[in-house]
Amino acid sequence: MYNTEITQASNFVKGVDSAFMVIMGISFVFLLGLTVVMIYFIYKYNRKRHPKAVQMEGSTRLEIIWTLVPLALTMVMFYYGWAGWKPMGKAPKDAMEITVVGRMWNFIFEYENGRKTDTLYLPKDKAIKLNLKSMDVIHSVYIPAFRVKQDMVPGKKDNFMWFIPQREGTYELYCTEYCGLNHSYMFNYVKVVEDSVFNTWYTDTTMAVASAELESPVAAGRRIMQNIGCFACHSVDGGKLVGPTFKGLYGHTVNVTTNGQKREVVADDEYIRRAIYDPNADLVDGFGRGLMLSYKDQLSDDDVTLIIEYLKTLQ
Amino acid sequence: MQEAQSALQASYLHHQGRYKGLLGWIFSTDHKRIGLLYLYSITTMFVVGLLLGLAMKFELLAPGKTIMEARDYNATFTVHGVIMIFMIVIPGLPAVFGNFLLPLMIGAPDVAFPKINLLSWWFYVAGVFLVLAALLFGSGTPDTGWTFYAPYSFKTGTNMLPAIFGAFVLGFSSILTGLNFIVTIHRMRAPGMKWMKMPMFAWTLYGTAWIQLLATPVVGITLVLVALERIFGIGVFDPALGGDPILYQHLFWIYSHPAVYIMILPAMGAVSEVIPTFSQKHIFGYKALIISTMAIAFVGYLVWGHHMFTAGMSGTAQYAFSLLTFLVAIPSAIKVFNWISTMYKGSINLKTPFYWASSFIFIFMIGGFTGLVLGSLATNVHLHDTAFVVAHFHYIVFGGVSFSFFAAIHYWFPKIYGRMYDEHWAKVGWIMFFIGFVSLYTPMFYLGMKGMPRRYYDYLPEYHGANILSTFGSWILAMGFLVIVVNLVRSARKGEIAVANPWKGKTLEWTVPSPPPFENFKEIPVVGEKDGPYNYE
Repeated sequence: MYNTEITQASNFVKGVDSAFMVIMGISFVFLLGLTVVMIYFIYKYNRKRHPKAVQMEGSTRLEIIWTLVPLALTMVMFYYGWAGWKPMGKAPKDAMEITVVGRMWNFIFEYENGRKTDTLYLPKDKAIKLNLKSMDVIHSVYIPAFRVKQDMVPGKKDNFMWFIPQREGTYELYCTEYCGLNHSYMFNYVKVVEDSVFNTWYTDTTMAVASAELESPVAAGRRIMQNIGCFACHSVDGGKLVGPTFKGLYGHTVNVTTNGQKREVVADDEYIRRAIYDPNADLVDGFGRGLMLSYKDQLSDDDVTLIIEYLKTLQ
Repeated sequence: MQEAQSALQASYLHHQGRYKGLLGWIFSTDHKRIGLLYLYSITTMFVVGLLLGLAMKFELLAPGKTIMEARDYNATFTVHGVIMIFMIVIPGLPAVFGNFLLPLMIGAPDVAFPKINLLSWWFYVAGVFLVLAALLFGSGTPDTGWTFYAPYSFKTGTNMLPAIFGAFVLGFSSILTGLNFIVTIHRMRAPGMKWMKMPMFAWTLYGTAWIQLLATPVVGITLVLVALERIFGIGVFDPALGGDPILYQHLFWIYSHPAVYIMILPAMGAVSEVIPTFSQKHIFGYKALIISTMAIAFVGYLVWGHHMFTAGMSGTAQYAFSLLTFLVAIPSAIKVFNWISTMYKGSINLKTPFYWASSFIFIFMIGGFTGLVLGSLATNVHLHDTAFVVAHFHYIVFGGVSFSFFAAIHYWFPKIYGRMYDEHWAKVGWIMFFIGFVSLYTPMFYLGMKGMPRRYYDYLPEYHGANILSTFGSWILAMGFLVIVVNLVRSARKGEIAVANPWKGKTLEWTVPSPPPFENFKEIPVVGEKDGPYNYE
């Protein structure tokens, strides 16, 4: 189930949404009331209908009223905001801990058993504590459906957020602190499943890719590449960046150097797989050795298959 | 009519000083000419910022690439922000209308330090050119956002240093203007012009001037530290060198939050002049308006932390800043109540400045109420750094500046140019700008509530609809702006000749001919016991 609505999917939704409703409710009443009164005055005391103004300089009583009433109302608003926010600061001791590693421009989620994914799998109704670790600049983890957000500040200790997912589904997770070129592509999915399903996934040692279930293979491939950061160095429009462009790559001839020998190869599935897992084996002419490291640990065979599907479209 | 013609000939516009032509303007120490120099330079920069904003909105018309790459989009919103904040919003009303009107309103021949006043304009121009140099030359346009957040601002390979230096120089321009206004108000009020007889606009300039003087140096120091960090790697902000990026945010917002009040106070001041004049009625709650002005200036210093609720401050700091943020809402509310009460039983002359002023109240209320949503802790966590924030501060900052600025420029237009603007086209411009503004920014509240982060070059399809509406709004707004500018430029040359006091205002600038003579007052006016800025009896 892929949900595009801003659903109510965590324990914090109630607190945040009731603060929102209280503040917006009071605000709407005042906005509407004051606007109507203003338009009424403008109509009623228009010079045509009211040629001579009645002079008055003010009223201390009114000033006191309209100081105290807003003061009381804003304190009510403050209280609701405080009450909804208070529980966010302290995670339960038994929460399941997951480390979120952020770098320009992807998130990787590392579980306690060493499992790493690019989709945040979560069991429903269990407290989750995300330990946030940025490798470079400030990023921010934002899950709108959970109403939670916390900046990842590089070098900051005890940088965390927590919540209890309360509804099965797939939700977006965005980076909300501007972090450079591909900031807007720094997003992943959160997948909340039943406890039993989660446990099966958690103990499964083959690297299943969550994104494949959500999107077409082409879109999934593109997203995997965004998340892992391919486009920082490889363009899709023919331009030369740190590495060669992906445009027109698949199925065409590439001039490479293999073990010191120049040769021509056709960029087929096997070539691309090798280029990702052992990037310095076939070095494309015009690009330096050692600029790219192997993605063996980060991309499964299935991931690469999806990436190839996407590359096929870039002709 | 004969009299008006001769007023035009004897005015500051035609006064022959040491230099002729253009030099007679750019080397003039006359506060009125300096005000107009600011008006023209700010308007020019606004057009640049507006075009960048339109380009951003066009890019967001559809998901994926529309007209530019991500790199260009990031540079565009950075330059848009730097231009709009540092070159338009902060100098904005104080530099244009403050310069032009403050001496006239308090019965002085000029500001206290006319040469420093001219110097501040030159600093402004120098800062503008430095920032433009960063844009056009070197290793790429800055792409950090106008907030220059560390540590990204140290890591990006783009042309940061000239941009930072430019912002630093612009800060000095602002400090000098503030210093000048404080001394002018303290020392140069006309005989009998007691503090409690000063017009509201002068009062708000006074509050603003203190913020300019006290808060701007903080950002100056911060920008110097960023420059030192980039050049020498001293390790104040960069965690890789043992620095603290959160410290940068504190220092930055200690200035940049009060900077919003540098803008909003004179905006409120201009509205507080327009409403009584066009209602021909004493302003309601003069003292309450003064106290609330000073309260906003003071409490506004102490709320910067609300920009950092998700950055990882201590819990105590968070709710203290949230509480103070709610407190600053109260003087703002008091102002709205008093403005609307000023209309009560008035005799309202529905001219263009009044349209702008009353729609300012409406726009300001929306900006203020959504500010409460952001000042509250729980909702801030959800909405921080989303399109909601962008919508909120454009309502307050852009709405606040533009609606009050247009109220002011139409209101004082006859005084400045000695001619009347065209009423019909002015109203056409107003309604287009208003509709454009509301349809540009209102959808962004919705986008933020649905979770669309700000500074996003690309977005998911679910955000498409509201973005289309917003982009359409930007086109209507731009057309409205064009109508307003064309009308005013045309009227300045060919408009009907204006009398000294076309709106029957009671403040001192209306007692001199339109346009004012070079020396402002033939004799320094004496304010009597019974005179007052709002005595319409």
